[in-house]
Amino acid sequence: MQGILQGIASIGELVRSRVNLIGLAGVFLFKTCLSLFTDIPPFREIVKQIHFVGARSLTVLLVSALFTGMGVALQFYDTLVRFGSVDLLGSAVALSLIRELGPVMTALMVIARVSSATCAEIGIMRSEQQFDALDCMAIDSYRYVMLPRLLACVIALPILTAVFDMVGMFGGYLVGVVIQGESAGAYVQGIFDTVNFKDVLMGQVKSLVFGVVIIWVPMVFGYYMHLDQTQSGAAGVSNATTKAVVLSAILMLISNYVITSLML
Amino acid sequence: MTESQQPIISIKNLDTHYGDRQVLFDVNLDVQPGEIMVIMGGSGSGKSTLLKHLLALKNPTKGSVHIDGLALHSASAGEIKQLRKKMGVAFQGGAMLSSLTVGENIRLPLEHNSKLDRQTIDIMMRMKLELMSLAGFENLMPSELSGGMLKRAGLARAVVMDPKILFFDEPSAGLDPITSVELDELILKLREAMNMSMVIVTHELDSAFKIADRIMVLFDGRVAQIGTVDEIKHSDDIRIQNLINRRPRDEAMDGDAYLKRLVSGENS
Repeated sequence: MQGILQGIASIGELVRSRVNLIGLAGVFLFKTCLSLFTDIPPFREIVKQIHFVGARSLTVLLVSALFTGMGVALQFYDTLVRFGSVDLLGSAVALSLIRELGPVMTALMVIARVSSATCAEIGIMRSEQQFDALDCMAIDSYRYVMLPRLLACVIALPILTAVFDMVGMFGGYLVGVVIQGESAGAYVQGIFDTVNFKDVLMGQVKSLVFGVVIIWVPMVFGYYMHLDQTQSGAAGVSNATTKAVVLSAILMLISNYVITSLML
Repeated sequence: MTESQQPIISIKNLDTHYGDRQVLFDVNLDVQPGEIMVIMGGSGSGKSTLLKHLLALKNPTKGSVHIDGLALHSASAGEIKQLRKKMGVAFQGGAMLSSLTVGENIRLPLEHNSKLDRQTIDIMMRMKLELMSLAGFENLMPSELSGGMLKRAGLARAVVMDPKILFFDEPSAGLDPITSVELDELILKLREAMNMSMVIVTHELDSAFKIADRIMVLFDGRVAQIGTVDEIKHSDDIRIQNLINRRPRDEAMDGDAYLKRLVSGENS
């Protein structure tokens, strides 16, 4: 009987702590967005963060975009050739990249690079009392630390996604036209004939939402790291970073499905 | 400092809990303008929690904290922000923002809380660095400084706004004896130059006796005594005498006695 009661109590405690974290995360996002209107935004910090999220992600993004496009083109080529529809290769590669793979793969790359680094940085700032120091200097942590990161992701993700799409399509061109010897005109014309504004909009809406999700989650886990009193210091940062990266990726994929189902 | 002056810090009947655990019990304290008050006590005595209350980083369960006439428990966020512009805090590890250089860290409060132009801010930053014997260090990153330098850089940032009240969290912790003495002298020099009130949380006895006007001793969240250095040194409270003479609180804390019992098998 005692064991059952203890079990129920621990389930209750788990639910309570999760609900508490969701509430804190909501307030956190609200305060961060609100800080945009309370004072002049810290432009220097915003530019610094856009450089970190955007420019410094470019190399890894270009490589992954090229090989994703090549891989997708190879798969489509193998399938389409069986039905004698190789002319559709450009359309198939472009649509799958613009509507689905571009935003998702870009977000995953940014999660790997930026979300993990952000959670670790903010967690260390918490454990070294840097947020207490900002509070004591009458500096709004949300405006000075969180807002530039959020804005940087919201600005950089759609641009990175567009770059991913274009490089991916070029990868498809390399496989379809240069390696397999199909018609260059058919490949490019296929893209222009099939891709419309709605497809591009879907990809961009996704990247905007992903931009919020993949920075919000790690910032919350880093900022509230001290609430988990079972782990602190290096172990706490490592634990928070792992949780943040996993949850960012899962939430990003869930929101991808929701947006797709709403916009199709 | 006269008796008739209004205290710049006033703590009344302060109780605090972490969850179900009470960590501060009915704490009362007044700090006069220009006074150096040292809060002393062993690990877990509640002195860091008390400091969090003074910095408006934590709300009490019961009681009140008034700083410069402002009741922290009922103050708005705007009032707290204004008050914080009159306060400086030197954190234990410096708490310098690791993404900024030392100079950028020191400029930060002025950039956000004053309308001074960049050149004036730059001059003030260099003056404070010079005061802390850190002239020429402004372009280094915090990670390039030693522990003692980090504390001094943190102190430079704490005083850059010329605050009325300065708080220190364990200023001598982790420092070698010479650096520790230098820091004590710096604290006294600052009081003399800027006539600010100071609250210093520490467990370093030598440092406390050297710089304090008065000392508050905390034990297990309760105030054991508040008095001048002489009064504390000659206190009748056995716990304070144990702390001053670095005696363990009971035999169970005495490593030698414990080892002897272990070897003789009495503990098994």
